Amino acid sequence: MTDKLKIGEQEITNRFFTGTGKHSNDSIIPQLVHESGIEVVTVALRRVDLTSPEENILHHIPKGCILLPNTSGARNAEEAVRIARLARACGCGDWIKIEVIRDNKYLLPDNYETAKAAEMLVKEGFVVLPYVSPDLMVAKDLENAGVAAVMPLGAPIGTNRGLQTKEMVRILIDEINLPIIVDAGIGRPSEAAEAMEMGAAAVLANTAVATALDPVNMAKAFSMAVDAGRRAYLSGLGPIKTEAEASSPLTGFLS
Amino acid sequence: MSFYHTYERMKDFDFKIYWDGLGDADIQRALSKTTINEMDYLTLLSPRASNYLEKIAQKAHRLTIQHFGRTMQLFTPMYLSNFCSNHCVYCSFSARHNYMRKKLTLEQVDVEAKYIAATGLKHILILTGESPKHSPVSYIEDCVKVLKRHFDSISIEIYPMEMEDYNRLVDAGVDGLTVFQEVYNEETYQPLHPRGPKKNYRFRLDTPERGCRAGMRNVNIGALLGLENWRQEAFFTGLHADYLQDNYLDTEISVSIPRIRPNVGGFTPKYDVQDRHLVQVILALRLFMPRCGITLSTRESPDLRDNLVQLGITKMSAGVSTEVGGHTEDSSGTGQFEISDQRSVPEIKEMLLGKGYQPVCKNWEPLDGAAGW
Repeated sequence: MTDKLKIGEQEITNRFFTGTGKHSNDSIIPQLVHESGIEVVTVALRRVDLTSPEENILHHIPKGCILLPNTSGARNAEEAVRIARLARACGCGDWIKIEVIRDNKYLLPDNYETAKAAEMLVKEGFVVLPYVSPDLMVAKDLENAGVAAVMPLGAPIGTNRGLQTKEMVRILIDEINLPIIVDAGIGRPSEAAEAMEMGAAAVLANTAVATALDPVNMAKAFSMAVDAGRRAYLSGLGPIKTEAEASSPLTGFLS
Repeated sequence: MSFYHTYERMKDFDFKIYWDGLGDADIQRALSKTTINEMDYLTLLSPRASNYLEKIAQKAHRLTIQHFGRTMQLFTPMYLSNFCSNHCVYCSFSARHNYMRKKLTLEQVDVEAKYIAATGLKHILILTGESPKHSPVSYIEDCVKVLKRHFDSISIEIYPMEMEDYNRLVDAGVDGLTVFQEVYNEETYQPLHPRGPKKNYRFRLDTPERGCRAGMRNVNIGALLGLENWRQEAFFTGLHADYLQDNYLDTEISVSIPRIRPNVGGFTPKYDVQDRHLVQVILALRLFMPRCGITLSTRESPDLRDNLVQLGITKMSAGVSTEVGGHTEDSSGTGQFEISDQRSVPEIKEMLLGKGYQPVCKNWEPLDGAAGW
């Protein structure tokens, strides 16, 4: 079965994406990527130090990975656009995850500013993946603007609270004709699997991996769970019923 | 708006009666909550809560890992000038003290900056004594222009300014502001600051707010522990940080927890703040504000700093000199206070890596070099 996720011109087999923040040592990233087969890695441009050979986080991302720079630190559309342009100028490619957060208490995304930035960056030829609170109207606007995927949060960043926004994400999956990638808040592989069973196109988790006792093994676990959830979705999950249904019905003799 | 109204609401609160009335169940209740309110925070600062330090530490450690990972932001201060027009009784820079004052030329700033930047640090905190006459905003702007060649993030710890001046500095490339209230207790504040503009308690108290309004990305506040009852001062510091975070959502608020150190003039603090007291402040603050940055300076000993890495700290200074030009010039001058941890940046990095923490030298990318909007 060939089941690839297409974003922009790229075809992706492994639907588990991860990040580079919060690790105790960036040198763990190559092993983590290699052992779990991860293909897409997001990195905060603000952490990239191009002038330092030892401390440039980009040096730890294996060749062949799809680099997804993000605009972490942006407080409005203008800053997000500037960071995206800087990322491209630094050689990070055309993919950009828009993160506009001006709420340092809960770290919730600003959908309005995100949509403004998305519109501009699509026009400039970026492959735009906006991180948003799951809102159908905003997602539709983003779709119309030409983004490549929509990334709704499962719960606030770093909380490991799981798929708290499940019903809203389900609506986006049903109504938006773009890959829906659940990002933020996913704390356990089982929650990632649940998102995939619902029909999410991919899952991104960073904190759950980076703060695990064994990040490499946790990345592997997520990767496998995402794959399992995807396979279950494609296989067609059985309906959920409120009453038992006998496999030998009592009125079967009538037919 | 002003935090002063919050201060007024609580300034006559009878802390002793509240703390004396707490039982073990109250501490356990505060500890079991997912989010704690200001009275829970006060509970965790109580003498009775000091019996629960290990339990609070376990939770603080978990929260810090969750929100910041095993990372530690590094920075160093750079002293530009030690001229000061205040007469603070506890500070070496006080105008009362008679010694040769210094102010770096822009060429000296460049030399000092090159030396510090060679250590790999990309975040710098520039300091001056509080003398607008000797280090006017135009001088700070000029220094920032020089420093931008070497650093990605420039913070200031200088005299309190009007918002217009902060706007100028933000436009010049300053992204962080540190301002210590020193003492939140208004009655104690006055005799400690007998002469100079720092006498104006309210102007100082509102300074972080002016910084937030001017668009500073990071605002760092704190009390100088030892000048007043540390439990109460820690409480007001936390309330202040919470107030700022609630009202200025897009500013990253952080807190420093400095203890008074030996200084010119030999001022002896009235309150003894022991290591376990400092730990209690850090832990209670972490539970009250899980996403708040907590900064630890080289005022503390290497041994204590090493142990505090896992207890809620998110930013550390490294390779520090508190003298003007102290990194590259003759270091026989007078520093603002005696530092305790003399280790270099590589030594601090090594210590962090040994503890399973990643030293982070760069955590901001200036946007002014990007293509126009």
